[in-house]
Amino acid sequence: MNSPQQRFLEFSHLSMSFPKGDGTVSKVVVDFDLTVAKGEFVCLIGHSGCGKSTVLSVLAGLVNATEGGAIVDGREVTEPGIDRGIVFQQPNLLPWLSAFDNVMMAVNAAFPKLSRKDRSLKAIHFLTLVGLQDAMTKKSGELSAGMRQRVGIARAFALDPKVLLLDEPFGMLDSLTRFELQQVLLDLWATDKKTAFMVTHDVDEALFLADRVVMMTSGPGAKVGKIVEVPFGRPRDRVGIMEHPEYYAYRDTLIDFLNSQEHGKAA
Amino acid sequence: MSALELRGVSKSYGSGEHATQVLRNINLKVEKGDFVAIVGYSGAGKTTLMSIIAGLCKADRGDVLLNDKAMKGPGPDRGLVFQNYSLLPWLSAFDNIMLAVNQVFKDWTLEQKTAQVEKFLAMVKLKDAAKKKPHELSGGMRQRVSVARALATNPEMLLMDEPLGALDALTRATLQDEIEKIWRVNRTTAVLITNDVDEGILLADRIIPLSAGPGATLGPEFRIDIPRPRDRKAMVHDLEFRSIRNKVIGYLLGPGARKKPGKPDAPMVLATQAEEVLA
Repeated sequence: MNSPQQRFLEFSHLSMSFPKGDGTVSKVVVDFDLTVAKGEFVCLIGHSGCGKSTVLSVLAGLVNATEGGAIVDGREVTEPGIDRGIVFQQPNLLPWLSAFDNVMMAVNAAFPKLSRKDRSLKAIHFLTLVGLQDAMTKKSGELSAGMRQRVGIARAFALDPKVLLLDEPFGMLDSLTRFELQQVLLDLWATDKKTAFMVTHDVDEALFLADRVVMMTSGPGAKVGKIVEVPFGRPRDRVGIMEHPEYYAYRDTLIDFLNSQEHGKAA
Repeated sequence: MSALELRGVSKSYGSGEHATQVLRNINLKVEKGDFVAIVGYSGAGKTTLMSIIAGLCKADRGDVLLNDKAMKGPGPDRGLVFQNYSLLPWLSAFDNIMLAVNQVFKDWTLEQKTAQVEKFLAMVKLKDAAKKKPHELSGGMRQRVSVARALATNPEMLLMDEPLGALDALTRATLQDEIEKIWRVNRTTAVLITNDVDEGILLADRIIPLSAGPGATLGPEFRIDIPRPRDRKAMVHDLEFRSIRNKVIGYLLGPGARKKPGKPDAPMVLATQAEEVLA
């Protein structure tokens, strides 16, 4: 558990407090500790407002933790960087640029030394993998919400980041489109096994994607509550794992944990 | 006698080379008092199907029968609830519902009509918001007004097209529970169109997946015998719920799925594409 590969991504005593109006301090996250191995897919689930996105934002370098912090490949995270590819709930594309140009912006920043043709090939490769081969030249404003998020996923992978951060990437999509995009994400992830850290509150999504599901307690003072190892083999097929005899037992474990953490019921 | 029957309904948009078939050979029977959920992808043709049932658009082929008679067009016998609520912004919740009641019960006295509006406002728990205009109401409350309006005309059939699609998960759950409760009392024949498999199973007596378009058609139907009142939390542990859920999702991700994303082409093809995109 101590090799650099095993501790590729680490949260150490991560705590986050915000000053309140009355001079006191609101402790949102307290002592969040977690180690993620290289190539592992971890999902973090918890109720809205428990501090999941705060943890992810520290890892992304968008905010600094009050105490402790996140370490990626042996270096403490202090600022955002292209070694971490992020997919947000909103894909944040530039609406006046095509799908291709949106991905190219990221590729240009990450691979300035490649020729323009090689950079284009990279963008096309990932756009094809997410199923947008026929829509590359469309402006992102002309794409459906699901297609826009496909561009967001292609862009994050095209950076060839060390870690992939996903903050409820499918939260805005209807449930069937969500199923489709989870498959797209998993297929893409399977090609080069990026270390992935995803925040979600969808238990089916977590079980379908993750090697481990980390459940976070409800705030204030949220931390790691329980960790479940997902036993389903890979490659995964949705219908196959839903028919796995243990599937609903695992699903119940996650749902029961979430129900026990509902506001006001937190232990 | 079926309350609603569709026989071999097909519909295309556009003509000649540009024609796209949206619906293909749709066959559906809904008995009186039945609650049927049709679940499918965005863009599959769900709204087109609902518009045909509502009489708002015509099928190219096939028959639409109401109580075994050919349907002639839209009518107050079918109450509609849309995703975007379709309320008049300058009218209060009360007046939006009154507008529908006025249209349908022309010979009623004002007292009768007012009582009708108040009854349905109370049913959707909006008594205190009767005087509010739509923009003063939350999304969930607006959709309640829309449900009350649809029911206040005492329709023979309630048609709901993604009624909860625009709401957040929590509000959606609350309104699902309310629709289930209201339906249990009224037992109005209902057709619900949704993209949420769990919602369909929670509410309906039968759930039928609609395959992805173009040329969408109905897949195998599943009877839901989970006793009512149905409890969302308890249902999650119900074996029948799990089995139906797996089968419907299995159909929609299998035989009824959208075209799979392409595998990357050979480098030569990619290079040609690169040149095209760069040009």
